[in-house]
Amino acid sequence: MPSPLVEVRNVTKRYGALTVTRDVSFSLEAGEVLGILGPNGAGKTTLFNVISGDVAPESGHVLLSGVDVTKLRPHERCRRGIGRSYQIARPFGGLTVFENVLVAALFGAQSAGADANARAVDVLDLTGLRSKANRLAGGLTLLDRKRLEFARAMATDPKVLLLDEIAGGLTEHEAAEVVAVVRSIKERGIAVVWIEHVVHALVAVATRMLVLAAGAKLAEGDPKDVLASADVRRVYMGIEA
Amino acid sequence: MTAASPRVERYSTGGRVGLVLAAALVLALLSGPFWLPSDAMRLVVQFACLLAMSQMWNLLVGYGGLVSIGQQAYIGIGGYALFVLANQLGLNPFVSVPIAGVVAALFALPTSRVVFRLSGGYFAVATWVVAEVYRLLVANISALGSGAGVSLTAMLAYDKGTRESITFWLAVVLLIVTTGGVYWLLRSPLGLALTAMRDSDIAAESQGVAVGRIKLLVYVLAAFGTGCAGALYFMNALRISPDAAFGMDWIPLLFFTVIIGGIGTIEGPIVGTLLYFTLRQVFGDYGAWYLIALGVVAIVVMIRFPRGIYGELAVRFGWRFFPIQRILREPK
Ligand SMILES: Nc1ncnc2c1ncn2[C@@H]1O[C@H](COP(=O)(O)OP(=O)(O)OP(=O)(O)O)[C@@H](O)[C@H]1O
Ligand SMILES: [Mg+2]
Repeated sequence: MPSPLVEVRNVTKRYGALTVTRDVSFSLEAGEVLGILGPNGAGKTTLFNVISGDVAPESGHVLLSGVDVTKLRPHERCRRGIGRSYQIARPFGGLTVFENVLVAALFGAQSAGADANARAVDVLDLTGLRSKANRLAGGLTLLDRKRLEFARAMATDPKVLLLDEIAGGLTEHEAAEVVAVVRSIKERGIAVVWIEHVVHALVAVATRMLVLAAGAKLAEGDPKDVLASADVRRVYMGIEA
Repeated sequence: MTAASPRVERYSTGGRVGLVLAAALVLALLSGPFWLPSDAMRLVVQFACLLAMSQMWNLLVGYGGLVSIGQQAYIGIGGYALFVLANQLGLNPFVSVPIAGVVAALFALPTSRVVFRLSGGYFAVATWVVAEVYRLLVANISALGSGAGVSLTAMLAYDKGTRESITFWLAVVLLIVTTGGVYWLLRSPLGLALTAMRDSDIAAESQGVAVGRIKLLVYVLAAFGTGCAGALYFMNALRISPDAAFGMDWIPLLFFTVIIGGIGTIEGPIVGTLLYFTLRQVFGDYGAWYLIALGVVAIVVMIRFPRGIYGELAVRFGWRFFPIQRILREPK
């Protein structure tokens, strides 16, 4: 059997006495969209940090197409196909929107010259930022910063895209647009892991759902089944089943 | 839908003005030895050296995020390398200037192994400690004149006019190589990565930028440029001592030119260095008053214009004489 595109194997991460990720495992194939749900502080962002290499886990492994990348630096993982966005946007404030995306195209996707420019423009189109291409990223609104996070992650030419709360605070209409974009990305054969509190947006596109609570995996499976499960309703939505 | 693709524009009107001004300045300077008096020439050499050191410090701090307070290590190593190469090994002193820069870069490699283990304030302190170690080492080597220093006796082989002219031309080359080099670097893809790192090194890393390797490269490049500037500075002075070369006095000077001028811009250090020399020429004879003037200017600028003088002007008027941006122009 071929190896899955992404495999997270028994990852545990502690901050001092606090265990933020507790023996979490899951795997993912191309074209899947894995939705991650969980209350604040459940360890969702930390899980992304472990996958992208921003933090090193105490134990466990991250594999990309069967290759262990746990010891690789974030930029090496990015070049191998792990693209991510940050929940709290980290724009390159002194660069324009176009240049922000170009960094990802040049160094993440490792394309050069006209190819890199074209890739950047494509992604700006995809995320609706093209008309703001020449604005300094430092002056963007919160919404556009989220779009930029999304755009930069896409411009790295990822095999797997990690999206951390890119739809929070959007209107219905804007959230629906994001869902449509994620769907088109999925159709390109890219695997997506999407952390989002906006449950209906997730349900609209997720092929699978994973719920984290206090660092541990509480449930995983078909989105409808997961949302219907008593544990999830109790922990996540505060609904007594 | 994707008919004509957009164009990426690299130059602005300000950028063309900047290039023309820079070219005119370089040409005027190259003829300097034919019409400038000796003391003015010496001043220009000092200016070029300080500007070169400032551009290198700006690259390090303003772009690399490497807040070093120990660049005097490379000023000193560059300076002493020149004296050893020219006095003791008998090399042509003028040719020795770039070699001295290479020596400084070679010292930077093992030094980086030590200081790069630390970050932030600890990194800063480590760079200073390392510079002090180099100062003490040199002060204890009698072949290097110990604490009293040495004179550049190799220069006795040249008459005053030749010596001054070549030193001056080397200074012009130093200006082109450092300011021009930083400009070229920042316009390149690597420069885009550097600017990205300046704004968020975490995001840059996650976008595929090899942040650690680029920081090392910047550190070594800065050591080279600073070493060349140190060599030329002490060639101009004809004498070197551990305290002058490795002294802590260089650091407030670099803070002044870079931070007051405008950190993280190419123009900033130029403005800062010009301001410093202006203040020195006007108030230099007043001793304590001169230092007070420097301090007052520094405090006022830092409070009123935290981006520095040029940083403020650039934001207010959209000035850019060394444009590094890429403007996306949609087809008409
Ligand atoms: N660098 C850190 N040092 C110490 N504790 C941390 C650090 N980063 C995260 N934590 C803690 O780990 C826990 C999980 O944080 P994480 O950001 O992964 O949660 P999350 O599920 O993404 O929450 P949210 O929905 O609010 O984004 C929290 O209790 C947080 O305070
Ligand atoms: Mg989070």
